[in-house]
Amino acid sequence: MADDNKIKPASVFMAGIWKENPVLILLLGMCPTLAVTAAVKPALTMGISATFVLLCSNIVVSLLRDLLKPHVRILMFTLTIATFVTIADLFLKAFMPDMSDELGPYIPLIIVNCIIICRAEACASKNGLKISIVDALGMGIGFTLTLCFLAAIREVLSTGNLFGKAVMPESFVPWAAMGMPVGAFVTLGLMLAGVTIILKKKS
Amino acid sequence: MLSKIKVSPAPHVSKAHSTQSIMLDVLIGLSPALIAAIVYFRLAAVTMIITCVASCMATEYACSMVRKKGNSLCDLSAVVTGVIIAMSLSPLTPVWAAAIGCVFAIAIGKMVFGGLGSNTFNPAMVGRVFIAVSFGTLAATWAVPATIDSANPQINVENTATANQELTPITQATPLAWSKQAIKGESKVTVANSLIKSNLLGQTGGCLGETSAIALIIGGIYLLIKRTISFYIPAAVLLSAFAVASIFWLTGSDKYASPIFHLTSGGMLLCAFFIATDPVTAPLTKKGMCIFGIGIGVLIMLIRLLGEYPEGIMYAVLLMNALTPLIDRFVKLTPAGGKVNAGQ
Repeated sequence: MADDNKIKPASVFMAGIWKENPVLILLLGMCPTLAVTAAVKPALTMGISATFVLLCSNIVVSLLRDLLKPHVRILMFTLTIATFVTIADLFLKAFMPDMSDELGPYIPLIIVNCIIICRAEACASKNGLKISIVDALGMGIGFTLTLCFLAAIREVLSTGNLFGKAVMPESFVPWAAMGMPVGAFVTLGLMLAGVTIILKKKS
Repeated sequence: MLSKIKVSPAPHVSKAHSTQSIMLDVLIGLSPALIAAIVYFRLAAVTMIITCVASCMATEYACSMVRKKGNSLCDLSAVVTGVIIAMSLSPLTPVWAAAIGCVFAIAIGKMVFGGLGSNTFNPAMVGRVFIAVSFGTLAATWAVPATIDSANPQINVENTATANQELTPITQATPLAWSKQAIKGESKVTVANSLIKSNLLGQTGGCLGETSAIALIIGGIYLLIKRTISFYIPAAVLLSAFAVASIFWLTGSDKYASPIFHLTSGGMLLCAFFIATDPVTAPLTKKGMCIFGIGIGVLIMLIRLLGEYPEGIMYAVLLMNALTPLIDRFVKLTPAGGKVNAGQ
């Protein structure tokens, strides 16, 4: 717990949202980022599910960290994550069956989401409970915000709607390509370029 | 930048080509077809060409300013991209859709890769695909040329043309659409085959640059004489398309249109002379150019005959663009004096 006093929780939290944003800076979790961002609703669901799994797995890993043997630690991480992913998956199936169908395999695939393994390895297995929770929240919210931002751009351009409600004037003709995979790649690429420009200007 | 365009295997041509002079030649080569397009589609063609060229140039200028690498408008490549996009569009495509496609073509198709010379894909085709994918039905409404008496367009039934001397939106009236219907058994293949003569002159519905085969051939011959393009790519595209079309035609001439019809219709000639020959996105060696051209010709015919779309130029060109680096590695030139054994 001695380390905890040196690291400020607030800075850990903010690092997840901007300075070490999992998608925009670390380029982790690209698969869900590209696959579920055609509209804001699935993106938000994916973000919240991933945040839930990340938070729970960080807590468990942090509590277990003194018991972990180095050679089985990845196995332990994966088992822990799989437990919570199953919970999230069954929850969605029970209470939001339509959304569960729409997200398809991407909720079970959170098990192999690099962000969660990365945080378990880089943060939770080395830090105390408090820092691990703050880190999980920061990273999770950073992930969710990025997904929603990307999804908002794509949804508005590809359907003229936002959250299923029309936001563009009636004369707007939707750009169908933005709802397809090409739209995800192009939009994400432009977002990364924008972030790089901002970071370069700062330094 | 300029030296990048001119990379070519020995023997090196002593005549000074610059990007600007090459692009100017391409524009001159395109001009007969442009004139034909304006004759056939009047104001719609002029509007479309001006819109596309202007939005391509504006995007090129804006991207140059952002990149702070100097203004690259003078190399005329943006003008060529704009003209080719305009010629690959139906005259009835909404102007704003064309403009969005042009912005996408220059910004995403070319400038994000680092400008002219660094792009993997033909920018004009990137823009065209974006328009086709995004605004599918809007970009697939065709017009009867203004020179045809539109009360009696002679193309066939199913169009609602009424007013004289005006562009009338009709669907399913391009020669390739007839060929597609013949394959599906919805109409007779003789309809498509009877259109060869109007294909040559341009008396058919279609994209701006698809209509007059003769104008495109004149432009292509000009480029070949000026040595702006070598004959390998056009010859490979046309011969391989001819071969594939012949095979299908011989196996079922009551179902598939004749090979001559396929060579003269749609964007085949525009692609062979002006699109596939883009020096940036085509292979560098003669052998590579032949493989590239054959790939495009075969893909176009496969899409036309077996695919869902009536025309496949843009997809064929983009697919082969993606393979260009591989082709270039596959057909390395042997330097004079034998193989280099670098021991790697």
